[in-house]
Amino acid sequence: MGAALQAAAAITRREWSGTLRQPAEWLTPLAFVVGVALMFPLGLGPEPARLRELAPGLLWIAALLASLLSLPRLFAADLADGSLEQWWLSPLPRPLAVALKLAVHWALSGLPLVLLAPLLALAFGVEDPLPLALSLLLGTPALALLGGLGAALVLHARAGAGLLALLLLPLQVPVLVFGTAAANGGANADSALLLLGAWLAVLLALAPWATAAALSLMLD
Amino acid sequence: MTTPHPLWRYASPAHFLPLTGRLLPLLWLLAALGIGAGLTLGLFIAPTDAQQGETYRILYLHVPAAWIAMVCYGAMAFWALWGLAWKTRLAFVLMRALAPTGTLFAVLTLITGSLWGRPMWGTWWVWDARLTSALLLALLYVGFIALTTAVDTPDDPRRGDQAGALLALVGALNLPVLYFSVTWWNTLHQGASINLRGSSIAPQMLAGLLLSTLGFWAYAGAAVLTRARLLLQARVESEARWPRAIGSLA
Repeated sequence: MGAALQAAAAITRREWSGTLRQPAEWLTPLAFVVGVALMFPLGLGPEPARLRELAPGLLWIAALLASLLSLPRLFAADLADGSLEQWWLSPLPRPLAVALKLAVHWALSGLPLVLLAPLLALAFGVEDPLPLALSLLLGTPALALLGGLGAALVLHARAGAGLLALLLLPLQVPVLVFGTAAANGGANADSALLLLGAWLAVLLALAPWATAAALSLMLD
Repeated sequence: MTTPHPLWRYASPAHFLPLTGRLLPLLWLLAALGIGAGLTLGLFIAPTDAQQGETYRILYLHVPAAWIAMVCYGAMAFWALWGLAWKTRLAFVLMRALAPTGTLFAVLTLITGSLWGRPMWGTWWVWDARLTSALLLALLYVGFIALTTAVDTPDDPRRGDQAGALLALVGALNLPVLYFSVTWWNTLHQGASINLRGSSIAPQMLAGLLLSTLGFWAYAGAAVLTRARLLLQARVESEARWPRAIGSLA
């Protein structure tokens, strides 16, 4: 037990400092979201009323696309330098190692998005950006969990990034539907937020196991 | 020791290949007769629909295609689970053989649906729950095929098999949620006309629909089994090269 906890702490520390030391890795998705958000008014016209109406959905789509950006690198570096094999040999249960890795990944890529999106919503003229922030707070971990699974599956694939998007976009539909419904407010917003939370709970319970199984396949 | 069920022996290529060799001519015949009779009945004999006029006749292709597209994904997930659990190679072969046929029927569903939607709804496409989930199903199939082919290494399909199996299972688990979320999001498609309590359509229409469904099912079965035989033969041949490859190393 003690050894497993030690391993868990070591993995968390390594992931945290490793990612923090490469600002490009966690800043790029943020800059990407700002860039995409800038494209919307340029492409759709600067009319404030329409932008205000579309903003939650647009920002959700931008966040979803940004979550795809860092995925191809998620496990590839660990596979290349052998650390993935070391985790598999460590006393830590594999799904837990995957969950820790994904938690750190979310804290450094999803959480900044949750904080950034309300600011962008304000720039789009949304008066109350809180529902958007709440829906992203529940939605981005779900995206990270699905993304981890996809990243594990395409680890050895040629043309990984495009393939990853193709695999993940259909699977992310429920997150997007519930997330944007919650962010848009209105009569369904509360039930949408609850459904999003329920789906996140299901994914939290299942995705680390599936991801660990996929990684085991890729290590054989 | 318990003796295995006699059906299990068909999991071995040595029994599967002769069995399908006998089944295939029958299935192709059934497909030709069913599709021929069903479409003749549906396109020429069945009465014109009271509300939709002649355009409804596309249903003799649309409805079987939609059924087959959905069931093929379920069958893929079934063989994926089977293969992951019991590691029989035939399960993975069948899983892969189902994907192109499923894709074909998913795309056919979309095309026939939008051809029907143009005169009936006045538009090729609406973002309705069923249409959107049909499109997502087609995307899931394409993703599965893309993943298995991208992960495969020459002469060793096992990694592609297992990655594909995991994806098929995840997709199958995700499908109910996906369908629920999309339905929750928007609903416009007309309800089902056939249910267990009876059907609300004319007898000739029903006969035509059932016959063409039978025919398309037979076609799907025949196509899947033919593809499975080819995949299996390719694998057996590549495995036959292993001893030679190992021998050349020594």
